[in-house]
Amino acid sequence: MEKFVSVTSIATPFPRVNVDTDIIIPAKHLKSIKRTGFGEHAFETVRYNADGSKIEGNVFDGPKYKGAKILIAGDNFGCGSSREHAPWAIAELGYRCIIAPSFADIFAGNCVKNGILTVALKQEEVDALVLAAEAGHEIHVNLNDQTVVCQNAKYEFDYNPAHKEMLLNGLDEIGQTLQAQGAIKGYEDKQKLMTPWLFRG
Amino acid sequence: MSKAMPKTMYDKIWDHHVVEDRGNGVALLYIDRHLVHEVTSPQAFDGLRAAGRPVHRVDSIIAVPDHNVPTKDRNLPNPDPMSTAQLTALEANAREFGLDYIDMTDDRQGIVHVVGPEQGFTQPGVTLVCGDSHTSTHGAFGALAFGIGTSEVEHVLATQTLELKKSKNMRVTVTGELPKGCSAKDVTMAIIGAIGTGGGTAHVIEYAGPVIEALSMEGRMTLCNMSIEAGARAGLVAPDEKTFNYLKGRPYAPKGGQWEAAVNFWKALKSDDGAHFDKEIVIDGSQIVPLVTWGTSPEDVVPVTANVPSPDDYADPAKREAVEKALEYMGYAAGTPMTGFQVDRVFIGSCTNSRIEDMREAASVIKGRKVADHIIEAMIVPGSGLVKLQAEEEGLDKIFTDAGFEWRDPGCSMCLAMNPDKAGPGEHVASTSNRNFVGRQGPGARTHLVSPAMAAAAAIAGHFVDVRNF
Ligand code: SF4
Repeated sequence: MEKFVSVTSIATPFPRVNVDTDIIIPAKHLKSIKRTGFGEHAFETVRYNADGSKIEGNVFDGPKYKGAKILIAGDNFGCGSSREHAPWAIAELGYRCIIAPSFADIFAGNCVKNGILTVALKQEEVDALVLAAEAGHEIHVNLNDQTVVCQNAKYEFDYNPAHKEMLLNGLDEIGQTLQAQGAIKGYEDKQKLMTPWLFRG
Repeated sequence: MSKAMPKTMYDKIWDHHVVEDRGNGVALLYIDRHLVHEVTSPQAFDGLRAAGRPVHRVDSIIAVPDHNVPTKDRNLPNPDPMSTAQLTALEANAREFGLDYIDMTDDRQGIVHVVGPEQGFTQPGVTLVCGDSHTSTHGAFGALAFGIGTSEVEHVLATQTLELKKSKNMRVTVTGELPKGCSAKDVTMAIIGAIGTGGGTAHVIEYAGPVIEALSMEGRMTLCNMSIEAGARAGLVAPDEKTFNYLKGRPYAPKGGQWEAAVNFWKALKSDDGAHFDKEIVIDGSQIVPLVTWGTSPEDVVPVTANVPSPDDYADPAKREAVEKALEYMGYAAGTPMTGFQVDRVFIGSCTNSRIEDMREAASVIKGRKVADHIIEAMIVPGSGLVKLQAEEEGLDKIFTDAGFEWRDPGCSMCLAMNPDKAGPGEHVASTSNRNFVGRQGPGARTHLVSPAMAAAAAIAGHFVDVRNF
């Protein structure tokens, strides 16, 4: 997994509320059996007209926010389906960090697995960052000390310690879990006696 | 000796599955059951292969295609090569790793969330996951069931566990008695309308109260299905005699002497008296009416007798803007009566409402009537091959086709419009599915979420009607 320690970059402001995973990546583009190729369809209805041409002035394609690694989003970002294609698509657009007032649970979990940091800040803090992003200011996000710094403002955020360790070290989560193989086996032996109907043969 | 702290059902199931406590409410949690479908699993199996890892417990898995299967002409070659690639990959992966696999041509095939319960695979007290957010459906049995992403699918395949942070406990109690003409769909929509799409975020919702107890197992599935639309990762209903009767004799249900032991175990799962809930909501079920969504979020719920709201009805500027955007997308003005515009297309199906009782509910409205002339297409897609067979045995398919409905093969179909079943731009769709997001049923399509009876009535009348007097 890709590490995340800190990022400094300009940010794309996209503060719409309740942005669902169908907006992030529409279902019709989920047919690939690979993890790549979703970026071009990311935020399709925001970026493309019905005839396939680019929508003028959309925040994702214009020169203004080119190279942004931070996305400033609205409340309840990533609600809807569990599709991991959503963070895959966002990562392909170059984002490493999303800042919003809140995130849907499954989406936030999927981001961690893909080395994307989701930062939940207060609504008024996000509002301030939207203005800063529009003004072209750089934002600095640091996972180690859990802070977002922009010009003179500094915001602190909460983050799940287990996820923090994973992101900071870029751990292979399955490999980590397999170190607990003994405990898993022990649990199964116990459950075979408690709930034998859940085991076959 | 002091008495043990009373626990909620969620606490009990959680505690029971902790393999390792990692502190701060985080635990390595054991996963008993895993449903696998074609869209969110290929990358997970690739990951296993790349790392040379086996599937930890093949007996914990059923693999079945649903999201991307055609709903007609299955005997013909699939014209979509990418859909074929996904379906072929699922079958190949299931065979390679030795999983129970239900083929598209099998009568048991259907939407994962219909198949699991139908096969008795979903049971009280288990942890059950699937790479699909509507896995919350299975909570109807008192199973802790939730959707996961593809990396987690791989993690469960390889380790049979997930590292998770425990959610908070929330209880939604629905009191009184549900009025005639309303069904479980109206209950779940009423709840989402009341608490909003963020109302359950970071919580697991236990549904309780007389209205919930009176619901059939299928009604409870409809209810738990949309927990995710309320922001909760999972919903739960305490198992009772209805649950046990439903499960008895199903293929994966406990057999012989184990049945009794299982029922005793299941009976102990319900929340203890005095258990603590972090959030409690009470809804008067006797006030629930047939509901319709007017906008592009499942919380945009109004009674069918009401009008499309106005941005001015909301104080919060973000909400006002969202309402304005939604009205623009939906193509009508604030104040339009919900019965006052044309419905163009009707979809009865999805993991929310595609079970036999949903088919019967629709048929009771449709019987002897005809789909309105201007309806472009009215489609009924049963949730599984077994639902389809049962409906045909009861003659429901005749009622549907005589009225002018299409009667299709099972799958997700127009719920997410991955396959050719989709609505056109600007069309108003009466849909029994669970998401009315922008473009969900096709680019520019305008989805209205309703119960099967309401969708059926809209097909006949050509616009929404109050099914209580239809
Ligand atoms: S029917 Fe719809 S909501 Fe249900 S699993 Fe299929 S796509 Fe998801």
